[in-house]
Amino acid sequence: MRVGVVTFPGTCDDRDARRAVELCGGVAVTLWHGSNDLDDVDGVFLPGGFSYGDHLRCGALARFSPVMGAISAFAAAGGPVLGVCNGFQVLCEAGLLPGVLRANHHGRFNCLEADLVVERASAWTGAFSAGDTIRVPLKHGEGAWYASDDDLRELEAAGQVLLRYADDVNGATGRVAGVCNAEGNVFGLMPHPEHAVEALIGSTDGRAIVSGVLSGG
Amino acid sequence: MQVVDTPLHRRLGLTDGELARICDDLGREPNGFELAVYSLLWSEHCGYKHSALLLRRLPTTGPRVLQGPGENAGVIDVGDGLAVAFKVESHNHPSAVEPFQGAATGVGGILRDIFAMGARPIATLDSLRFGDLASPRARRLFDGAVRGIGHYGNCVGVANIGGEVVFEPGYEQNCLVNAMAIGVLDASSLQSASAAGVGNLVVLYGARTGRDGIGGASVLASQDIDQGDGSKRPSVQIGDPFTEKKLIECSLELVARGLLVSLQDLGAAGLASATSEMASKGAVALELALDRVPLRETDMEPFEIMVSESQERMAAVVTPEQLAAVEETCARWEVPATVIGRIVSGDRLVCTYHDAVVGDIPVASLVDNCPRYPLTPVRPERLATEPVDPAAYPAPADHGATLLQLLAAPNVASKEWVWRQYDTYVGSGSVVRPGSDAGVLRLTPSDRAIAASLDGNGRRTWLDPLRGAASAVLEAARNVACAGAEPAAVTNCLNFGNPERGETPYMLVEAIEGMAQACEALAIPVVSGNVSLYNEHGGGPIPPTPVIGCVGVLESASHAVRATFRQPGDVVLILADDVIAAIDGSEYQRTVHGRTEGRPPAPGLSQAARLCRALADGARRGLIASAHDAADGGVAVAIAEATFDGLGVEATIADAAGRADISLFGEGAGAVVVSCSPEHVDALRALADGLALAEVGRVTDGGRIVIRCGATTIDVAVADARFAHARTIPDAMAAL
Repeated sequence: MRVGVVTFPGTCDDRDARRAVELCGGVAVTLWHGSNDLDDVDGVFLPGGFSYGDHLRCGALARFSPVMGAISAFAAAGGPVLGVCNGFQVLCEAGLLPGVLRANHHGRFNCLEADLVVERASAWTGAFSAGDTIRVPLKHGEGAWYASDDDLRELEAAGQVLLRYADDVNGATGRVAGVCNAEGNVFGLMPHPEHAVEALIGSTDGRAIVSGVLSGG
Repeated sequence: MQVVDTPLHRRLGLTDGELARICDDLGREPNGFELAVYSLLWSEHCGYKHSALLLRRLPTTGPRVLQGPGENAGVIDVGDGLAVAFKVESHNHPSAVEPFQGAATGVGGILRDIFAMGARPIATLDSLRFGDLASPRARRLFDGAVRGIGHYGNCVGVANIGGEVVFEPGYEQNCLVNAMAIGVLDASSLQSASAAGVGNLVVLYGARTGRDGIGGASVLASQDIDQGDGSKRPSVQIGDPFTEKKLIECSLELVARGLLVSLQDLGAAGLASATSEMASKGAVALELALDRVPLRETDMEPFEIMVSESQERMAAVVTPEQLAAVEETCARWEVPATVIGRIVSGDRLVCTYHDAVVGDIPVASLVDNCPRYPLTPVRPERLATEPVDPAAYPAPADHGATLLQLLAAPNVASKEWVWRQYDTYVGSGSVVRPGSDAGVLRLTPSDRAIAASLDGNGRRTWLDPLRGAASAVLEAARNVACAGAEPAAVTNCLNFGNPERGETPYMLVEAIEGMAQACEALAIPVVSGNVSLYNEHGGGPIPPTPVIGCVGVLESASHAVRATFRQPGDVVLILADDVIAAIDGSEYQRTVHGRTEGRPPAPGLSQAARLCRALADGARRGLIASAHDAADGGVAVAIAEATFDGLGVEATIADAAGRADISLFGEGAGAVVVSCSPEHVDALRALADGLALAEVGRVTDGGRIVIRCGATTIDVAVADARFAHARTIPDAMAAL
């Protein structure tokens, strides 16, 4: 499986994302923000960072990039798309995922190894089952996912909430850490599964999520 | 208020003697442009006027050294064809004025030094010092500096792997913000700042040039900060990490494609310093057309363009044949690039503005002929020649309560509040993240790793500069060795007061001697560094504070060792030199008895290398489960901290000092709390040949810290100790 990893000028985790894809058995392909050619990849990974600097609002400019036009079409055709951190923000800004990301309620950047509760079994969580707790690092200043109570209830009923924080780390509505689209082929989360693919670095729980983009979402 | 008829050279900080020297070199009076350039390059910050002669005392060579001091950063060979570049630099004065931007641009500046060597920045560490944590000003500066470091480092995607934070009243007005960066490169692709090749072009790329930081080097770095002087605020530079991120990627691509003859970052004194350094190293002449520099403001004077410290700019020497490829790479990264000059024959730096010559200076005069002043050290009478008499210090009634008091002391307490605001994961190499003795970073995709630690001890250096500085080097090396690495080289940042008066000359001379002795004892060189003088305010100089960054090498990242106990039933040992811990200059003396006095013990130079080797060898052979250096708070605090992953301990410490409190909480010995599985004790004993290795107890799962010493017993719950250690900083900062 060939997975395209997108690089914006301000992307920080693209090298880690490519490494994680390779460790999980995929072939990583670099996709450049200024090109709308997805190089016939089988899946897309939008990694973390600060896309075009995010001086305005995280991902607000990146959604207009040439590569995002191609990714929107790819997702509409059912292609698997994984967005992590800034990638999640970009997917929300682009309307490919529900909700928005706001500044953490405590007003500070926060980097820690977080416990996440798996909401339901899915292709994005591998062999983990509903109720399992997985450990994945997070690092963000604007990671509080927000949706109205009604929208959250609808998403929960539709099974689109896939991961929640075990603790309230950033003020996210319903402690939501990751959501997918109605079709299930686009998934975004604030924690960083690409930093949790080797025991030496702390956890291998992220492999299940990275593997989701390999298995077709 | 300035007296209007003060001569220009004096207003720029040059002495009458220095002006005479300039006139000699030029064969005429300098014009205003030339005087401005001289005043910056002959400042302490760029020219090391008062420290260059002393720094020659430091050892700078060794088998691993690929690049010693003199380039943008030092570089060492770490094996497998890999090298690491590293350097520490101060941004004290800007941070005292505006902590967020001061600290942020400090990170940006040190990163540029790293990728100017062709190395990808992979880690930062920060050494921060502020006034008492109870002081609102100290908390404001602390908060701003941490936010600034986080903002910049997080946005450029470089992992923070450690550092230190110290609170001491002596830094109330003049905080210290020292940032260290580490980068990795192929040992064969080392980049140089040395300009070469007549006809080659000077390309300026990165951010546009504005008025920020005009005169920053001389105004902010070489004069005392007067209280409440708002006029210096506009001199602080403003950073943009997004531009820096593009600059990193663009520069590394230019280097990887072999498109550059040389590369240099623009830091203090901007173009003036960068171009004269490049010309000096390559022994060539440069012509610069300053009107070609892309500006943010339209009405800048030539001298302002020349000395502006606008951030995120690099200068490269490029052959005419490669120019198109360089421009294409820069365009791809959306980084503006402009040819601003060329290399010519001769020995001068000639600057023009719309074809008129505005400055014409011999390069050697600017760079090499900077006056170097010897210091006249006078030993301050206040320095004690003997240690204090412990009898003057009442023993605590409850040593367990004292342990908790020390764990909660701001200088000992957990700094998790700090590093939780930094990205410690990016790069997928952080094997040991902040909070341990040293950070350990795998050089992904290689299996090799480095360990790094950044340490200073202003209190001990204030009591005895030679011993204090030497012990800072030993502590940094021990921290790296505790993590399982062989200490390989150090970088240093010398934070001192005004070298022209008071105690500072003596402190500087002795501290450099102490660092040199410690480096010689460990057989490790100093490969880079920075000097920050004039750290003064109304109340006198800061405590003299040499900060040492040590980098060590691990053959495999899997050899890394953490500070905390791993397994119940493991044996707890103390591996130590023959120094006996003392109360002089200790955290115990300050926190419990409210004093800093006496004379710290002479550090164990003769056994230091052996101690580090035993730790690194033990780690490589898989004998050591955990290792934690006894530093602030002594061996009792080190044992307690080793339980913070949830296990307990029962230990009995020898009362070597003849006073249980001093044996438990005293400092100055090279002592490491090690744990290992029982079957490894004999092998460890063999490694510790010539050192003291005492089996002191066992790791337990009982949830308690039990430490006996003489007739004294400490028995506290791990949970209580952790709570005391965890709450101090977040509680103080919640009340910002």
